[in-house]
Amino acid sequence: MVKIDAKIPEGPMAQKWENYKANQKLVNPANKRKLDIIVVGTGLAGASAAASFGEMGFNVKVFTIQDSPRRAHSIAAQGGINAAKNYPNDGDSVYRLFYDTVKGGDYRAREANVHRLAEVSNSIIDQCVAQGVPFAREYGGLLDNRSFGGAQVSRTFYAKGQTGQQLLLGAYQALMRQVNAGSVKLYTRNEMVEIVMVDGKARGIISRNLVTGKLERHFGHAVVLATGGYGNTFFLSTNAMGSNGSAAWKAYKKGAMFANPCFAQIHPTCIPVHGEFQSKLTLMSESLRNDGRIWVPKKKEDAEAIRAGKLKPTEIAEEDRDYYLERRYPAFGNLVPRDVASRAAKERCDAGYGVGNTGLAVYLDFKSSIDRLGSDAIKARYGNLFQMYEKIVDDNPYETPMMIYPAIHYTMGGIWVDYELQTSVPGLFSAGEANFSDHGANRLGASALMQGLADGYFVLPYTIQNYLADDIATPRMTTEEKEFEEAEKAAKGHFEKLISIKGNRSVDSIHKELGLVMWDFVGMARNKEGLQEAIEKIQAIKKEFWSNVRIPGSEEDMNIELEKAARLADFIEIGDLMARDALHREESCGGHFREEFQTEEGEALRQDDKFAYSGCWEFKGDDQEPELHKEELKFEVVKLVQRNYK
Amino acid sequence: MENSINIKLKVWRQAGPKAKGRFETYELSNISTDSSFLEMFDILNEQLINKGEEPVAFDHDCREGICGMCSLYINGRPHGPDDDVTTCQLHMRKFKDGQTITIEPWRSAGFPVIKDLIVDRTAFDQIIASGGYVSVNTGGIPDANAIPIPKPDADEAMDAASCIGCGACVAACKNGSAMLFVSAKVSQMALLPQGRVEATRRAKNMVAKMDELGFGNCTNTGACEVECPKGISLANIARLNREFLKASLQD
Repeated sequence: MVKIDAKIPEGPMAQKWENYKANQKLVNPANKRKLDIIVVGTGLAGASAAASFGEMGFNVKVFTIQDSPRRAHSIAAQGGINAAKNYPNDGDSVYRLFYDTVKGGDYRAREANVHRLAEVSNSIIDQCVAQGVPFAREYGGLLDNRSFGGAQVSRTFYAKGQTGQQLLLGAYQALMRQVNAGSVKLYTRNEMVEIVMVDGKARGIISRNLVTGKLERHFGHAVVLATGGYGNTFFLSTNAMGSNGSAAWKAYKKGAMFANPCFAQIHPTCIPVHGEFQSKLTLMSESLRNDGRIWVPKKKEDAEAIRAGKLKPTEIAEEDRDYYLERRYPAFGNLVPRDVASRAAKERCDAGYGVGNTGLAVYLDFKSSIDRLGSDAIKARYGNLFQMYEKIVDDNPYETPMMIYPAIHYTMGGIWVDYELQTSVPGLFSAGEANFSDHGANRLGASALMQGLADGYFVLPYTIQNYLADDIATPRMTTEEKEFEEAEKAAKGHFEKLISIKGNRSVDSIHKELGLVMWDFVGMARNKEGLQEAIEKIQAIKKEFWSNVRIPGSEEDMNIELEKAARLADFIEIGDLMARDALHREESCGGHFREEFQTEEGEALRQDDKFAYSGCWEFKGDDQEPELHKEELKFEVVKLVQRNYK
Repeated sequence: MENSINIKLKVWRQAGPKAKGRFETYELSNISTDSSFLEMFDILNEQLINKGEEPVAFDHDCREGICGMCSLYINGRPHGPDDDVTTCQLHMRKFKDGQTITIEPWRSAGFPVIKDLIVDRTAFDQIIASGGYVSVNTGGIPDANAIPIPKPDADEAMDAASCIGCGACVAACKNGSAMLFVSAKVSQMALLPQGRVEATRRAKNMVAKMDELGFGNCTNTGACEVECPKGISLANIARLNREFLKASLQD
C-alpha cells in the first residue's frame, strides 16, 4: 500500500516555499561532481532542468527522441507565458496569479504548488530576457503584455505567435552551453524504454538508440522525467506526431502513481478536421481570442445554407450572428477559460448551428478588430498564425472569418508528484506536463510554459538536492549489475514480442480506432454508460493490437513503425486508465465534464464533498485492476465556489 | 468541394548510412488536394505496410511548421514548390493531377543520410554549442525591464530568431554553406544588449565550428534566403561578416 504524502511545507501559504528552501538539505560543490542525474526529455522542463543541473556542477545525461533538443514539442506553443510582474499596473500580483490558477483549475490543484509557481513566475521572465529571448516590446523599450483566458489582467509575455519556440530555444541554448562545457552529455534519437530500480530507488534507465535499434544502459543517482503529456492517446490532437506517454507509463508500472488521468484539456481554437487521412490537428493560439470574436449564425437556416455552400459567413448580417460567448459570459466574453469555451462551441454545434461542411466548426472573426486597429496591427500581432491558417485551409482570414473547433491539446493529469516534484518512486522526479501538478482540472492559457520553466529552472534545482544530499556516499554503478541486466532483458523481450506478432494491421489504423473511441466517449462530454462502453472497446482494441499489428523490419535497426507500436501499446493502456478515472469521478470539473453533473445552464457542477481530491492510481499488475488512492486537497486560502465567468 | 488527384512518386530509398541508395517509383490515386504532403506520405506508407514492405522513413514531428524536423527535397526544391512553408505545411493542392513528384533527402556534406529521407543534422547542435547563447547561469538575474531595448531592435532580433534549424538553407546552397543558419543566431544575439557583450567572440567561435564540420563557404548566391521557410534575411549574413571582421581585427 502506497502512502500518499505531498510533503507540503509548514507555514502560511506565502511563506511555504521560503520555509522549504531555508530548511532543505544542500549538496556542496565537491559532492555535486560525484553525482549523476538523468533527464529524459528536452522540452521546456527537461532542457531548463538539465541546463541548470549542469551549471550547478552535477553530471547530467539528457535524452531526447528527436534529432535535436530544440525540436521538443514545447517549440509549438504559440501564445505566451504568464508572470505576475504587474508591469501594466492593472492589479496583478503573485496572489492573483495563484488565485486565478486555482480557480481556473476548478479547485482541483494543490494550493502550495500553485502558490510556488506564481512566486517564481517573475524570475522566469528575468531569466529568459537575460538569455536573449526576444519578447515583444513597447516603443519605450519595455516588455509588452497581453491577456489570456481566465484572467482579467494582462500578464502574458509573448514573442509574436512563437513564444514557445523562443523560450525553448533559450533553454536549448543554455543546455548546449553546458554540453560544450562538458557537464551535460546529450543523447539524441534515443528513447527511454525502461526505468532501472535498485533497492527500491530509481537508479537509471534503459534506452533505445533509435538509429541503430540497440539498447543502452545508463546510471543516474536520480532520474527526472520531463516527457510531456499523453494527449496523443486520442490520435488526433494538437500534439506533435512523436509526443507520447510511454516514459510516464513505464514509471507508473514501476510504482509511480498516475494522478487524475481523466483531466485532459480540449482547446477551443483548432483548425477543424478535414478528412479521414488527417494526421494531426493544428492549434490557432488562444491569443487570437484577444481580438477575434467567436460566433455562429443565429438562425438554423443560415447555418444550413452555409454548410451546403450556398451562403458565405460575410453575407450574414450583424444582427443574425450569435456571439454566444459574449452572450453567455459577459464579464469574460471571448476570454473565458478553455474548457468553458470548448463546451460552448460543442453545445452550439450539437444544437445545429455549426458551420463548415461538417457542421463541426464555429467562426473566429477578426473583422471588428481589423476595422478598429487596421489590418497591419492585426498582422503584426498574429501574422504567422494567419499565414499558417491560410496555408492549411486555403482561406484568407483577413477577409473571411476563421473556422475553428475544439481539439485535444494538453493533459493536466500525469505522474503524481509531491511538493518536491518527486514521484512515489524514490529518486524518480517528474517535471512539466508529464507531472500532474499545478493545473488542477483545467490549465489556463500561457501557464504551461510557465510551469515547465518553473519546474526546470527554479524548483528542481532546489528540491533534487534535498534528495541527493543523502546520496553523496553512493558510488556510481557500472551498469553491469543484475538490475540493469534484467531491465534490459525485459525491454528486449517487449520489442521482440511486438515484432513477432506479424499481423495484418498497421499501427496507425489501430491508433485511429483508439482515438475515435476516446473522442466519442472520453472526450468533451462523458457519461457513465459511455465510459463503461469505452472501457470494453479499449479492451477489444488491446486484444486486436497484440494479435494483429504488423511491424515491418527488425528491432535492431532504425524502425519507426516499431517505435510507434511501442508507444501505441502504452496509449491503449493509458486510454483505459483515463476512462476508469473519468468513470469514478462522479462530478464535472474543468476539462472533465460528466453529463450527469451539470447546472440547469449547462455549467460544470463539482461535488466538493465527495471529490475534492486528486485521484492517484497505483499499478497492481498487468491483468489486475489499478488501485485508487486519494490525495485530499485542503484549501487553506482559496474558498471553494462555483466558477463564475459571467 | 473536395478534389483529388493521381500522382506518381519517385522516392529515394536507402537502407542505411553506408548502403547504396536508389529511386523507387510508387503510384498513388485519389489523393485529396486538402491533404498535406506528409499526410500523402502517411497514405503511401499505409499502403506499403499493407503490402508487407518497409515504409519510407522520413523526419517529421509537429506538422505545424515550427519544430524544424521535416525536410525533403521535392522536385528539386527544399520543402517543395510553395513559398515560406515547411514540407509539413505544403498541401497537395500545389500539385497537378498526373504529376510526377521526385523526393530526395537533404543532400549536403554536413548532413549525412541515416535512412531513406532522414539525414543527420546534429552538426547544427554542435554549432550552437560552440557559442550560440548568452553565457548566463540560472538565477541571480536583474529585472527583465532593467534594460530597455528599442522595439525595432527587439523586432529585428525576433525575425532572426525565427529560424527553425531545418537545414533548408544548407540543402539549397551549392556550396553547402550554413551561413544563413549561423548568421541568424549571431544577429539575434548581437542585436540585443544581453547578447552584445560576447558578440564578436560568438561569431568567431561559431564560424570556426561551421568550417570544422565541413560546411562550405558563402558565395552570396542567395539561394538560402529564397528557400528558407521562415524568411530569414540575407542581411543577417552581412551582420555576421561585420562581427567576424571585428573579431579578426581584435586578434
